[in-house]
This record gives sequence, structure tokens and C-alpha cells, in this order.
Amino acid sequence: MFLIRNHSAFGVAALALAATLLLAPQGRAQFAGDASGQSAFSIPQSQLIKPDALNHLLQGAPKTRPFVAQVGSHTMFSQAHIPGSVYAGPGAESNGLQLLASKVASVHKNELIVIYCGCCPWRHCPNIGPAYKKLHDMGYTNVKALYLANNFGDDWVNKGYRVEQGQ
Amino acid sequence: MLCLAILPDFLQGQSVLLNRPAPQFVRTDLRGRQVDLKAFRGKVVLLNFWATWCGPCLVELPQFQAWQQKYGSAGFQVIAVSMDDEVAPVRAAVRKMHLRLPVVMGDDKLGSLYGGVLGLPITFLIARDGTVVDRHEGAADTPMMERKVRTLLALHQAIPGGSGAGF
Repeated sequence: MFLIRNHSAFGVAALALAATLLLAPQGRAQFAGDASGQSAFSIPQSQLIKPDALNHLLQGAPKTRPFVAQVGSHTMFSQAHIPGSVYAGPGAESNGLQLLASKVASVHKNELIVIYCGCCPWRHCPNIGPAYKKLHDMGYTNVKALYLANNFGDDWVNKGYRVEQGQ
Repeated sequence: MLCLAILPDFLQGQSVLLNRPAPQFVRTDLRGRQVDLKAFRGKVVLLNFWATWCGPCLVELPQFQAWQQKYGSAGFQVIAVSMDDEVAPVRAAVRKMHLRLPVVMGDDKLGSLYGGVLGLPITFLIARDGTVVDRHEGAADTPMMERKVRTLLALHQAIPGGSGAGF
């Protein structure tokens, strides 16, 4: 249960501001998504994909399955990740974005790429926005972000969708 | 090694942890001190999984530290487990927040031990007898959680034979 679901918009803004102030400047990179306008909310709604829709795609023929990349914490990826997905580094960090670029290097520019994080509630995710922008800037034209409202545990694992463990 | 399953055994632990003995672990904290969970038997333990990139985590940690100061002499102990991939940002955050709590680095093994930490923050309350009595996912409702802490501290006397070791 996420009590933060009930926070008002003002409360959420205050929370984000407080967190940013607590860690600045050391934590600046972690909140770069918020500070630079690359928060999860910067991703167009039309480019979001819901868990059930992605799960449906993953059941399809191999050649129709999207390229799926996790752009968050490796600790979480090791615990559980979407089958077949690759670890592509935290989108909030420059080295994470470099890793993402290298992971998609062999992917055709118009191929469907789905990125996901789920480290924390969507509105607080520092990774998904910058990762989406990176792919967009690289010229990928068919990028979707998996909408995980609360986190990967709640919105994917606990929904009964398949996962893998490991590196 | 990859393990594919609809709902892995370790994730089923989320529900079965309650009213069971808290999974034992021993880690070294950022100051080089050994943190052995069983050494806190006899105390009420608040075990908080957090990360530097998790906004709500950074808001509630200082509150938990305040409770440590307020209730420490009554047998209360906070242990903070960072799920960051690297220790450097954790050290910076701890310095910035002036945390004096034992802070240990978590990983996929510790996360799995506690039923899967696939979204942050997650906070466990462990009674003096070592039993997990509460699991809270998401930002803490701090007034409610403080009431639970006070209740746990008041309900049980220190367990005879418990070392009550602390920081």
C-alpha cells in the first residue's frame, strides 16, 4: 500500500523539493530528471505502455517482441526483471545513459523499444525521463515507456507477470 | 543463473514474513561496525530499505533518526539498508543528512531475503522477540508508524537474555 498515492499535488511538490534540498549538491544527479524537465511526466502519454499491453506483446512471436531495457537500479534488476530484458543503467546518471546507448546500438531506429524502471512511484522516478529523452535524441522513433504507477514489485511482479532473476 | 517463474518463491516471502522471525543478516556498516540483526534481540527494530535516488526515502530518514534519539533509550533501534548500486553516493547522502544510524549496503540477496525489495522505500518493524510485525511499502505515514513503534515499545518488556546490543 502506497500512502503517497493520497498526497495532494502540493504535498508531492513539497516532498520533491525537500528531497532535492536534502541532497543538493551531491544528490543533484539523482534528481536531474526533475531538475531538467526530464521527469517521467515529460514523456508523452501516447508513448506510455501499460503492463498488460507489454505482457501481451511478450507472448507474441519472437520477431514481434520489442527490445526491452531496464533503466534503473542494478540491485533491483538482479532481484527480478522482465524476461529477456537487458540492464541498461540508471537513466539519471551519465554513465547509465552511455550504457543505454551501447545496449541499443544494434537496434534499428524504427524498432519498438520499451524502457522501464519501477524503482519508486512514477512521479518520483529519476531514471525513465532521461532515458526516454536519450533514445529520442539518438533518433529512435518507436520508444515506449512502461507505466509502473507505484513500482516494479506492485505493478508487474504482484500482477503475476513473468520475471527472471539474475544479472 | 537465470530463474524463470511466474511468482518466484522469494517474492512469495512478502506475505509470509509477517509474524515470522525476521530474516537474519550480518553486514558491516559505513563506519566499519558489524551490524548483526540478532544482536538487537530485545529491542524494537525499524528496518528501512532506502536509496539515494528515492525522494520519499530522503524525507523519512531524518524522521527515523529523530525517533532513534527519542526512543533509543527505551530499546528502539533503526537500521538503514541502502539499495544503491554504489557506496559513494550513499556516503555523501549520509553526510548531508547527518545520519548517525547504522547504514549498511544492501544487495539482491538481502532484498530477496526480505521478500523482494522491488520499489522503495520499504520499512519493517521487528518486535523485541525478533518477529516481523509490520511491513510498510512507500512513504511512511509517520504519525501512524510512530504510534506503532510506541505501542511495540510499551507492550513488551526487554526480552531476558537478549543482548540488547546497539549503537
